[in-house]
Amino acid sequence: MTLMNQLIVAPILLPLLTAALMLMLGEKHRPLKARINLLSTLLGLAISISLLVWVQQAGTTGSIGVYLPGNWEAPFGIVLVVDHLSALMLVLTGIIGVCALLFALARWDRAGASFHALFQIQLLGLYGAFLTADLFNLFVFFEVLLAASYGLMLHGSGRARVSTGLHYITINLVASSLFLIGAALIYGVTGTLNMADLAIKIPLVPESDRGLLHAGAAILATAFLAKAGMWPLNFWLVPAYSAASAPVAAMFAIMTKVGVYTVLRLWTLLFSGQAGASAFFGGDWLIYGGMATIFTAAVAILAAQRLERLGSLSILVSAGILLSAIGFAQPSLTAGALFYLVSSTLTLSALFLLAELIERSRSDKEIPLFEDAERPRPLPSVQPLPGINLDEEQKAVVGQVIPRTMAFLGLSFIACALLIIGMPPLSGFIGKLTLLSALLNPLGLDVAKDESVSGPSWALISLLIFSGLASLIAFSRVGIQRFWAPRERPSPTLRRNECLPILILLGLCIALTFKAEPLLRYTQDTAAALHDPQQYVLSVMATRPLPGPTTAAQQVQP
Amino acid sequence: MEEVIAIAIGVLVASGVWLILRPRTFQVVMGLCLLSYGVNLFIFSMGSLFIGKEPIIKDGVPQDLLNYTDPLPQALVLTAIVISFAMTALFLVLLLASRGLTGTDHVDGREPKE
Repeated sequence: MTLMNQLIVAPILLPLLTAALMLMLGEKHRPLKARINLLSTLLGLAISISLLVWVQQAGTTGSIGVYLPGNWEAPFGIVLVVDHLSALMLVLTGIIGVCALLFALARWDRAGASFHALFQIQLLGLYGAFLTADLFNLFVFFEVLLAASYGLMLHGSGRARVSTGLHYITINLVASSLFLIGAALIYGVTGTLNMADLAIKIPLVPESDRGLLHAGAAILATAFLAKAGMWPLNFWLVPAYSAASAPVAAMFAIMTKVGVYTVLRLWTLLFSGQAGASAFFGGDWLIYGGMATIFTAAVAILAAQRLERLGSLSILVSAGILLSAIGFAQPSLTAGALFYLVSSTLTLSALFLLAELIERSRSDKEIPLFEDAERPRPLPSVQPLPGINLDEEQKAVVGQVIPRTMAFLGLSFIACALLIIGMPPLSGFIGKLTLLSALLNPLGLDVAKDESVSGPSWALISLLIFSGLASLIAFSRVGIQRFWAPRERPSPTLRRNECLPILILLGLCIALTFKAEPLLRYTQDTAAALHDPQQYVLSVMATRPLPGPTTAAQQVQP
Repeated sequence: MEEVIAIAIGVLVASGVWLILRPRTFQVVMGLCLLSYGVNLFIFSMGSLFIGKEPIIKDGVPQDLLNYTDPLPQALVLTAIVISFAMTALFLVLLLASRGLTGTDHVDGREPKE
């Protein structure tokens, strides 16, 4: 067991200890807590990156690090596993965490109690959910991240947050109950909760129990899909995410991805091609459910008026694309989906941060109260707006300097829009292009062309393009309303801490455009390892506990 | 015994689901409580039901599931109880906040129009 192996548990311990420290500091010392929080989040990101580098360097495609927190061997104790997929999600969480925190430090962390402690617990839950390889432990980390998200969702209080928070919490509590029922059924049938052990046991389940196993898996999947935001389980998502404060919404951009991650992880492990009679159980549900999600969310985007709603609906579109792409169980498509996941998560959190700055830059009178925002706005008046000169003796149009802050907001908005729509030249385009090319050439580009593209593939291709078109329409309309309105207004004041995270997130997306190849290579390795779970199962089951001082003597005897 | 447990779980979950679908927040809390009781019993029964068997190893008794009950579901239930208890407490706080801010105990924060 090397030092790197020990580092696997660090992303869980670090936020846990930091959160405990925050709670001990109490309500005072806010600047100190902010500094500790930032330091700890940055450290968490650094650990995630080093784990990623380690996983990548360790050699073969399926290089996997296993940690036994209780020092019990695999099927009996809880196991933490870091493989390509986990490491990628850890780094993504770290990046989003740092950016959301930077943004919150500008002003949002003063809006309510215990922001910093809740933030760390949220990170703890996210890191834990991505690392664990035990079904019940996954439930515990889900509850941890949800408990923190309830607190963060209500951060800043206010009527809108409380009443949408009520729905959000109820839905998630019911989903947690479903999670427990599903996990209990699977335990009842297979007698294990370890994911790797499940992958071994599922082909051996007797035919009479297989129905029960499938029922358990379906109930479990319902819980995950509600969190991932699949239609028709996603009606809670848009109001809740739109009402949350900007940094929290940016963090939530990765919360639906936790659902997608668990679906990908469990489905490829439990119902892989090697699962005998259960192979690819429920794949069609993922494909068609994902497509229904894309379609409903894309239609709803056309009607969205507020930027936050636009962002929440784009989250749903991306969740639908990911679920549908995963359902095909085709490594090249999964690789594209993972690239798209990284790019879309970064973009969407940037959009949520940007949305607040843009809405704030408009004068107070224009910001609608929440109650009115549900209704569509009346059409703009036909009368010329103040500031437009229609008189005979028109004054010469004098060029006006665009304020620097306005230019920043506008350019960032355009970048976000391009990324979400998937237009060239940014990384959103590369993500969608990879998906389309994988759908059109299921066996790879260099293979003979006489293969036929299946019906579901065509459906997903058209939905991908349709959702891009819908986003294009919605974003251009909102952009015109927000930026091209000929209206006198003071140039917006932005704080440095608020611009920095947006710059980082969009900068990463631009970097992904130029450096797409390393990430694509990485996601291809990830997808190859996911669709051949043998390596994962072997690494987990082969890990032996460390001999302790008292057990060492017994361990030596065979 | 299996029938009694099955009926108990069924009644608890059915009442829970019905209450969750009611429009008042307090009914929803009660519904969530009943649902979690039902789920806890369900997990417990997944370790198969025995009378007079314990999950602690005794000397001289062969160590297999014929002589002991499965300890794992009991540990899972304990965790699930603690978590659902905490979540109910959180939900109650939110219920009070919602009542204070909106002036109604309707789940949507406003009374439906007559």
